[in-house]
Amino acid sequence: MLEVILISSIKVIVVVVVLLTGCAYATYMERKVLAFMQNRIGPNYAGPYGLLQPIADAVKLIFKEDVVPDNVERLTYTLAPMISFVPAMLTFAVVPFSSNFTLFGYEITGVISDLNIGILFVFAITSLGVYGILLGGWSAGSKYSLLGGLRASAQMISYELSYGLSIVGVIIIANTLSMVELVEQQSSIGSWFIWKQPLGFLLYITCAVAETNRSPFDLPEAESELVGGYHTEYSSMRFAQFFIGEYGNMLAVSAVATTLFFGGWQGPLLPPVIWFLIKVFCFMFFYIWLRATLPRFRYDQLMNFGWKVLFPLALFNTLLTGLWVLWLGDVLFGG
Amino acid sequence: MAEHKNITLNMGPQHPATHGVLRVELELEGETVVKARPVIGYLHTGIEKTMESKLYYKALPATDRMDYLAPMSNNLGYCLAVEKLMEIEVPEKVKWARACLAELTRINSHLVWLGTHVLDLGALSPVLYTFREREMILDIYEACGGQRMMTSYIRIGGLSHDLPVDFDKKVRHIIDVLPEKILEYETLLTENQIFINRTKNVAVISAEDAVNWSLSGPMLRGSGVKHDIRKANPYSGYENFDFEIPVGENGDAYDRYKVRLEEMRQSLRIARQALDGMPEGPYRAHVPGVVLPPKEDVLHKMESMIFHFKIITEGFKAPCGAVYQAIEAPKGELGFYIAGDGTNHPRRVRVRPPSFVNIACLPALCEGGLVADVVCAIGSVDIVLGEVDR
Repeated sequence: MLEVILISSIKVIVVVVVLLTGCAYATYMERKVLAFMQNRIGPNYAGPYGLLQPIADAVKLIFKEDVVPDNVERLTYTLAPMISFVPAMLTFAVVPFSSNFTLFGYEITGVISDLNIGILFVFAITSLGVYGILLGGWSAGSKYSLLGGLRASAQMISYELSYGLSIVGVIIIANTLSMVELVEQQSSIGSWFIWKQPLGFLLYITCAVAETNRSPFDLPEAESELVGGYHTEYSSMRFAQFFIGEYGNMLAVSAVATTLFFGGWQGPLLPPVIWFLIKVFCFMFFYIWLRATLPRFRYDQLMNFGWKVLFPLALFNTLLTGLWVLWLGDVLFGG
Repeated sequence: MAEHKNITLNMGPQHPATHGVLRVELELEGETVVKARPVIGYLHTGIEKTMESKLYYKALPATDRMDYLAPMSNNLGYCLAVEKLMEIEVPEKVKWARACLAELTRINSHLVWLGTHVLDLGALSPVLYTFREREMILDIYEACGGQRMMTSYIRIGGLSHDLPVDFDKKVRHIIDVLPEKILEYETLLTENQIFINRTKNVAVISAEDAVNWSLSGPMLRGSGVKHDIRKANPYSGYENFDFEIPVGENGDAYDRYKVRLEEMRQSLRIARQALDGMPEGPYRAHVPGVVLPPKEDVLHKMESMIFHFKIITEGFKAPCGAVYQAIEAPKGELGFYIAGDGTNHPRRVRVRPPSFVNIACLPALCEGGLVADVVCAIGSVDIVLGEVDR
């Protein structure tokens, strides 16, 4: 019993540490990639190639004065950054990052917890993250923040449904909700679910961008319109929590996309965990690429897009997959 | 029912998208703008008054600081006005060189406009691309007068120096390179559905309203009014050049975008013609006592040295009378009204700045729209606060 607890604890610590480092270096990657796409150099002073920049940023943010405006709603103001930060971390509790392996004679599973409803858990948790933004925007007592919070809630309502529906296709085909089993079913490139669910994948990735408030759906923080949106009044570590939350969320949805559509940790030659990281960072690159290329949606256009384009498409995809499995299931998936 | 109250949102003067220190008071219902009121004056520098208290030629550097993205146009407008007052006829070469530089300046201003406008719409990259291209034009400014922004290169009666030896080569390089770059921006934006959604039918102003608000420049042409001072009332040799006036149809932000991009192409066309037809000759008019004599003569001829000394110390006296000279600056009609009273400094200088007049229609552009449209409207008007407030 003690062994199990110990192994789990160590795994949790390792995953959290890797995740936080990942968030930090995701910011570095974003700045570097964005810089190269924009004819700039990017951070290059702190350490070789600016590799210590995330650490410098973290130190700076920790030592900044924590300014709290007078008219804030104290409790929610304090809680909001945590609410946006924690769910991003929680997602990784059920994402399988490696196959089972043996270390010092112990058999270790490649996931913290193999929940049999893993994918439901992920979606339940990630949709909580927006409450952080909503409450943060509302409690900060600034009009810009309020507008940011309003936008976040509108965005959440428009996208949550299509987001959930976009993966129903995969679940119908795989006939399981467990993330581990999902990965095991995609053992070769040919059996990746993206080939069976191309529309589902496109819907997922679009909604995921909206879900994480990233460009071109970064309305809640639209810098040129709302100054900083929901985090206008936040400073120091509170701001950093929002920041880590955003990048954690990006990593989370990338990890889920990898698991659902790209075979998770499966891959030849390299160790599974490396494959997993490679795939996740390909998604991160995609995110950054989007940000470098596209202008921002407008609030009402985004709602229209969510309800009139994505939602019907997601329904259509679900229906199509259902019918497909019903009629061709025996032929395609061997009953 | 609970009492319904609109939000008043103070946008600016320190706001990322108000292009300097414009302040807009917005009354919002949800995110819909019910009322917008632009408040200006945060960058008031008293440029007109400063110019009135200076010698004619010493007032010139103040013009650089109005529309600091188009310094050469400001110089040109002021110099043309003073030359009109003094009845100075500048040499042909000067006219052509000025036209060439004014067109480069138009491109310079439009490049910055494009970058910042789409930055406001959330596209991060184009601003860095446009600033990269703008660098080439700033290099030419630097080669001409030594300054990259506050050029003061165009002077009363001519230019401050002769054109640099590699002027022709450098400008031709821009003419060759820039069309590709403009195409690059178009690839990113023109057909981009998000960009179209954000700008089509946003900040619309009809042709009639545009005329009634006395808008000018791309704001006017975007609404479909084919008016360009370069054609309607040519100055500085513009009658010699062959170019089109691009116009829009709907008068929305997208049309103004198209108009400005096409204007850049037309400017390149004019610049090429100006280079091809540039005559040889002196770079300053020969008007003793008013325009500085060539440096060579100052060093070797007694009279020239005296004139030089007199002009530098006490300037020249302008006759009594008032002139108005308008030019087509990148942002619209830039007019200088100068009243001379027989002394060596102007009695009254009044600038008709395009940004100031164009920004007045901001409420008409954004009332009824969303907060995001306000940003788009401000961007598409293309203002420089240095010029609005003077």
